[in-house]
Amino acid sequence: MVYLTRKAEFAASHYYHNPDLTPDENRRLFGKCNNPNGHGHNYTLEVTVKGEVDPRSGFVVDLKQLKEVLNREVLDAMDHRFLNKEVPEFSTRIPTTENLAIAIWQRLLSKLNKAQLHRVRVYETPDLFVDFYGEA
Amino acid sequence: MKAHLTRRYMFSASHRLHSAAMSEAENAATYGKCNNPYGHGHNYSLEITVSGLVDESTGMVCNLVDLDGFVQREILQRFDLENLNTRAEFLQTVPTTENLCTAIYDILQRGFTHAHLDKVRIEETMMNSFEYAGAGEIGR
Repeated sequence: MVYLTRKAEFAASHYYHNPDLTPDENRRLFGKCNNPNGHGHNYTLEVTVKGEVDPRSGFVVDLKQLKEVLNREVLDAMDHRFLNKEVPEFSTRIPTTENLAIAIWQRLLSKLNKAQLHRVRVYETPDLFVDFYGEA
Repeated sequence: MKAHLTRRYMFSASHRLHSAAMSEAENAATYGKCNNPYGHGHNYSLEITVSGLVDESTGMVCNLVDLDGFVQREILQRFDLENLNTRAEFLQTVPTTENLCTAIYDILQRGFTHAHLDKVRIEETMMNSFEYAGAGEIGR
């Protein structure tokens, strides 16, 4: 089994707000991230797939195809967007880095045909990242 | 769903690698330049990984305010801009980065209750790093 990681970057804005909570509770829980006008990050995404090396091509996965899937499913939808307002997953879920990793995993899972998705890692800043392995 | 969150903190400290159980010659042979009696320092990069189910109402594994507060109070205040050899954790053990990893892991394991502790990773320099996961596995 060989593991392959592809990296991509995107920039997006978001804010944290739970409509079931009062404005006070939201401010206490989310602090500055609760500002409804949003704020932004340069996200770095690392997608790791795994598989056996194809003896004919020497590839675990065709990188070009992986890049196309990443571009179509993730970057086109999220790069230079306001996540809360423009990405459907976040009309009901808070766009934390945790939920972003889960949403990206769910977007990619059915679209990768040969390689098996192993890990989605999302860096919100160089000092904070979340790993999601598809665990329930 | 379960996610793993990693937060990085920086701190600077000095240390001297010297074991009371060894002779001067053994210490010099084992630790080389790190045995210099005056000590030397590093900028440490500390990565703490915690995991748990993502809370549906907050979207979080744990609130970063809680993790940052704990690390500031219990770890950075103890080690940042200090001589590690003078700290309680290293009165009996040599302040190698291996032992620093396990000491920090133990502090978190004992006191941080907001999420499950996966592992502690420390870079002593850009060229070396150490990881400790207690009884858990480093694995992925």
